[in-house]
Amino acid sequence: MEPVILILIALVLVIGTAGFLVTTRKRREQVELEAVRQSTLAPGAPTVPEEVKEAIAQKEADEAVASAIDTVEAPPIETPVVEAPPKRPSFRDRLSKARATFAGFLGRSAIDDDTWDELEEALIRADLGVGPASALIEHLKGRVREENLQSGDELVAVLKAEMKARLAGKDRSLTLDDGQTNVWLFVGVNGVGKTTTIGKLGKRMTGEGHSVVMAAGDTFRAAAAEQLGTWADRSGAQLVRGAEGGDPSAIIFDAIESAAAKGADLVLADTAGRLHTKSNLMEELKKVRRVASKEPGHVTEVLLVIDATTGQNGLVQARQFTEATEVTGVVLTKLDGSAKGGIVFAIQSELGIPVKLVGLGETADDLVDFDPDEFVDALFSA
Amino acid sequence: MFESLSDRFDGIFKNLRGKGRLSEKDVDEVLREIRLALLEADVNFTVVKGLVGRIRERAVGADLHAALDPAAQVIDIVHQELIATLGGETIRITYESKPPTVILMAGLQGSGKTTTSAKLARWFKQQGRNPMLVGADLQRPAAVQQLRTLANQVDVPVFSAEDDVVASGQGDPVAVAQGCIAEAKRLGKDVVIVDTAGRLAIDAELMEQVRQISEATSPKYTFLVVDAMTGQDAVTVAENFHQALELDGVILTKLDGDARGGAALSVKEVVGKPIAFASTGEKLDDFDLFHPDRLAGRILGMGDILTLIDKAKVAFDEQEAEAAAARMLEGQFTLEDFLEQMAQVKKMGNLGSLMKMMPGMPKELRNQEIDDRELAKIEGIIHSMTLEERRDPKIIDGSRKLRISKGAGVDVTTVNALLKQFGEMQKMMKGMGAGMLGRGRKGKKGKKGGGGRTTPKGGAPKFTLPPSATSGAKPEFKLPGL
Repeated sequence: MEPVILILIALVLVIGTAGFLVTTRKRREQVELEAVRQSTLAPGAPTVPEEVKEAIAQKEADEAVASAIDTVEAPPIETPVVEAPPKRPSFRDRLSKARATFAGFLGRSAIDDDTWDELEEALIRADLGVGPASALIEHLKGRVREENLQSGDELVAVLKAEMKARLAGKDRSLTLDDGQTNVWLFVGVNGVGKTTTIGKLGKRMTGEGHSVVMAAGDTFRAAAAEQLGTWADRSGAQLVRGAEGGDPSAIIFDAIESAAAKGADLVLADTAGRLHTKSNLMEELKKVRRVASKEPGHVTEVLLVIDATTGQNGLVQARQFTEATEVTGVVLTKLDGSAKGGIVFAIQSELGIPVKLVGLGETADDLVDFDPDEFVDALFSA
Repeated sequence: MFESLSDRFDGIFKNLRGKGRLSEKDVDEVLREIRLALLEADVNFTVVKGLVGRIRERAVGADLHAALDPAAQVIDIVHQELIATLGGETIRITYESKPPTVILMAGLQGSGKTTTSAKLARWFKQQGRNPMLVGADLQRPAAVQQLRTLANQVDVPVFSAEDDVVASGQGDPVAVAQGCIAEAKRLGKDVVIVDTAGRLAIDAELMEQVRQISEATSPKYTFLVVDAMTGQDAVTVAENFHQALELDGVILTKLDGDARGGAALSVKEVVGKPIAFASTGEKLDDFDLFHPDRLAGRILGMGDILTLIDKAKVAFDEQEAEAAAARMLEGQFTLEDFLEQMAQVKKMGNLGSLMKMMPGMPKELRNQEIDDRELAKIEGIIHSMTLEERRDPKIIDGSRKLRISKGAGVDVTTVNALLKQFGEMQKMMKGMGAGMLGRGRKGKKGKKGGGGRTTPKGGAPKFTLPPSATSGAKPEFKLPGL
């Protein structure tokens, strides 16, 4: 049989079906929109939007938990989250291993077209993206003209200042509310290092005196729960897990309830890696987010884990994940390699999501707080 | 949101297609757009430079014949250069005359080595081989267990260190590598796939370790596993691994996302070895040999008709499909046929990914995320009809509609929408039937410009969106020279 005929059948069916799905979806959206419009227009019947209802319920729930926990157990000794143990390596130590991209034009005596080309190349090579790189360069050109800058050194100083300014002004501390069952949710695409990050962070948080429960919400990848279990053992955290292929929301909720019952103040919730393009998996993640904020859970961080080698797709990832789960911060992993992680510039400037933690190696101590000044400086160190 | 590479090229070439002649300025403009598109697709800076340079040389140079449509020629040049950069032909896997044939998997952390190893084992089984997996990642907690679980699903044995050694996290992967060949011989396995721990390309110690693993197993193929989302750094990684291991090929993972996979171009260019396999989904069978011409075609918005045909061949029951096709072309296609054929199409894979392979698919549809579970709704509606209704939907009146909608748990408007869409499909099919009949007269049109190319180019078939999905226009379905 001619394969062409097969294809034609498939094609007609696919187009037809897709067309149907698209129309019905559009119609559904329209109906919903209409409903919203009517509810807002109808003066006699003020309806409370779902979010508001949820928020109210949430608030009541939170208050109930707060008073309940007071009676169960006093929260552990408070330690500032941002304080890092002295042993932790600095960016500079780690990044100096990597080839210095920007070293080339340091110490040049004049700024010419070649300088700008090289600068653009360097920024693109660091994965900043063509758009942000061009914007940065246009801005710099203006400053060079206005301030009459002459040497490569001066240019690099201004560039650094600009880059730092673009990363500045964000709260990078991890939120941990007293007397609550705090939930930190970890989301991201496959293979970025969510489970490992939870392991490292768990060690750090228990080390700071917190009582930590790890929720093995990755029920898809084979042996993900075992991997997390190993980290739980290492860090003295408690592990809550379910069956492989189980409902991640249920497992995470179990972990939260277990944490609340024991008076643990922090639940680190793992989720299965998923591509942001898979709508059903993103729906699943939305549900996880909803369920995790049910009493007694109190989601104080949703951390998007991004691999430093990620290219321009990182921005799309960040956008989709924050749409689904309201991401509060980024964990940039594997920055000890040769990749520069420049995509975080775009993520912060376009979406306002700051990097909070950085992974610089395989041991638990290699997860450090993000420092924009050091990050930018390290890019330029020879 | 970024435009996809093919959307972008669509835009560029639309402008070019209208022109009779191509000035140097036109070429410059096209090249600038191509450069930008490639950079945004994460193709490495240096690679882009080379590629754009080569395209310019050929576009402005003597290759351009004044007599032919210049736009089509530029498209052809870009297409050929992309194919050349991506590696020309599909790799042909050969086996050692004295088994086992060893495959070594290497790469950064999280690129997908363990999952890919299992997928590769499944692929070798399909080729009639008898593979064994080796768990030489003793570093990441539970990596061996992950491999065992996956191996179990494809029914392939795993060789690794003793359980307590694995659990301690202190095991020596080189020792495992040294033991695996003897074990494979003992079990009579002819393919050995060695999964190694993820490592950074600049970690000298671990790179030395993987070199030793390679020495101990003397692999026939060493594959670098690369995440399709990788950015500019792909080149550095490939260079370093190539230096330590002498790669034989690359396996591209996570191609099912919306990353444009520029890393594939970069890695191929730097390592000079083909991209052998590509992984396009989480399921173990979402994996196959890499066809560079097809990816190049996809990048250029030409669709991926060849992969589609491959999938269709596997999924469709030939006789059934032939009968359905005959009915279809005569305009006798019923909802019952629709139900049956839909089941076949579902076997070909996710609807959204199929749509991305269709040549000339309108953007609105191509980028539409389709949840396959929604198909169940359609099936539900058809199942709620009587046989009579399925064969002749015209008899479905208001009360029948109400009954069907209740049976399927949807509202009547959804039933209406389905019936309307089905009617339009029937019209489309009739149009196609007419097109097929007209084929004889048009003769060998398909061969005239084809000249041994494997993907349709230039005049790729254009399908317009079924009208109900966009506006209210009449269904239009132009058939290319079939």
